[in-house]
Amino acid sequence: MNNIYMIDLKTLTIKKAHEAFKKGDYTCVDLTQAYLNEISKKNKEINAYLEVFDDAMEQAKEADKRFEDGTATLLTGIPFAIKDIILIKGCIATAASKILENYRATYDATVIEKLKKEGVVFLGRTNMDEFAFGSSTENSAYGPTRNPYDMSRVPGGTSGGSAASVASMMSLVALGSDTGGSVRQPAALCGNVGLKPTYGAVSRYGLMAAASSLDHIGPITKNISDAEIVFNTIKGQDIKDGTTIKEDTYKTKRIGRKPIIGIPRHFLGGDGIHKDVLKNFNDSIEKFKKLGYEVKDINLPNISYSLSVFYIINFAEASSNLSRFDSVRFGLHKDGKDGIDDFFVTRGVGFGKEARRRILLGTYILSSGYYDAYYNRANVVRRIITQDFMKEFEKVDIIMTPTTPAPAFKIGEKVSDPVAMYLEDIFTVTADLTGMPAISIPSGFSKIEGKDLPLGLQITARHGDERTLFEVGKEFLGE
Amino acid sequence: MITVKEIENLANLARIKLDNEEKEGLTKEIDSILTYIDQIKKATVDIDYTPIPGAVSNIFRNDIIESISSEDRERILNEAPDREGEFIAVKKIIAQDFDE
Repeated sequence: MNNIYMIDLKTLTIKKAHEAFKKGDYTCVDLTQAYLNEISKKNKEINAYLEVFDDAMEQAKEADKRFEDGTATLLTGIPFAIKDIILIKGCIATAASKILENYRATYDATVIEKLKKEGVVFLGRTNMDEFAFGSSTENSAYGPTRNPYDMSRVPGGTSGGSAASVASMMSLVALGSDTGGSVRQPAALCGNVGLKPTYGAVSRYGLMAAASSLDHIGPITKNISDAEIVFNTIKGQDIKDGTTIKEDTYKTKRIGRKPIIGIPRHFLGGDGIHKDVLKNFNDSIEKFKKLGYEVKDINLPNISYSLSVFYIINFAEASSNLSRFDSVRFGLHKDGKDGIDDFFVTRGVGFGKEARRRILLGTYILSSGYYDAYYNRANVVRRIITQDFMKEFEKVDIIMTPTTPAPAFKIGEKVSDPVAMYLEDIFTVTADLTGMPAISIPSGFSKIEGKDLPLGLQITARHGDERTLFEVGKEFLGE
Repeated sequence: MITVKEIENLANLARIKLDNEEKEGLTKEIDSILTYIDQIKKATVDIDYTPIPGAVSNIFRNDIIESISSEDRERILNEAPDREGEFIAVKKIIAQDFDE
């Protein structure tokens, strides 16, 4: 057990850990203990984890057995943090809501089943915005998570706990979910890599649904290789999720030369973009040019509608998905004056402010008289935006923008202005609308009030072309 | 400008009990959000609706029951706030007795 002091968590990767396990430098139990030590030192303040699983050491012991009997794989013994919206059988999962405060999952999500097969160690469940509604993890019913780079600031959201855990070395790898940017934006604000795969590449079975046509599960990691390893493990067609795709659904050809970069310059000019973000973005583009990449200007004429399209679809689908919380089959039950009133009272107190607001907006959008003007129209414009992207992908191979319009903002800064909060997602929502894979990679820092706040570069590729994202990302980061 | 009455109607449809203070606050918030998403009315929507390869299509399976273990069944029933044996209990919701 003395070996844990020689584990350099800062530079650790999945491959390094695996090699160390194989060589016997330290055991899976040692590594899990090292992370549990970090958690006990840091989690009270950062609040990345809502719960640390008390069987983590047991899981680590099982992982060690697999190294002894030769059945270990690359992910065996690797400590994971799991967003509180992905079901692990027998474990509590609350989606950071009061309405599920004591809910125990009755089955494993497909991604969890796949990771269990590899023998990973689930350290605990991480904080998030309730039901994946937000961009800062401030909408959690269990308190906000703090950004490890500046504790007065948000880590981003909705996968803020997952991003903060990786950034503060409280886990090696985390899983998050991305509906409008909720893996990529917190990854960017916390200096991590965050991948939103192609829609359908990773099964959503066991992911509590926020907006079903927009939800994705994705990894948050310290480097591209780790994201690639996790993605390759969790992906795959799943009979339990009818929206999953096959390996060859999108026939992506290997690009025989360096991928051509497209930039929608017309979209980067507004004064909603922080000057450090713009400078850092331009510096990143220069770096790519020096690496031999060709850069072209592209035009996405309908991109200014993406946020309104996104929120219309998000509100509508979320209000529909959250109708399952009926105080009868699972979750919170509060007594009203009769059976119907039970629903009203339970849902009124069990849902947080943002959840209630989105359900009402979704109800409005889907009600007769408005359905056509909002929901149907949004779906048509969503298709148009997707076609705009596909048209540009005839000229370029990847599209780049900053991940966020600004570095991490202060806790409390935007919480009372919903529209200001929604604008955080301006660069990330498009990939959720189109279903194309997108990755955020750490690209530098913005120095504010003496602290270095991470910034991210977002790269989007054609449907099914995660490979190009990994190749380009590795080259940029020198991996 | 959305009214409190409209908010009450929506809350009723969504089965959410709101207190009066919240209803007032929501009128402003919802208005500003609706103003923002109203931008979509400016989008031109005449398009040729050609299908995108790989786009989602319906998946069907036979409507046969696949059994689960009694242990899993227990887990599911245990999550119900009010359980009676093999049943999930609910309050009576039909007001009248139909004694014909």
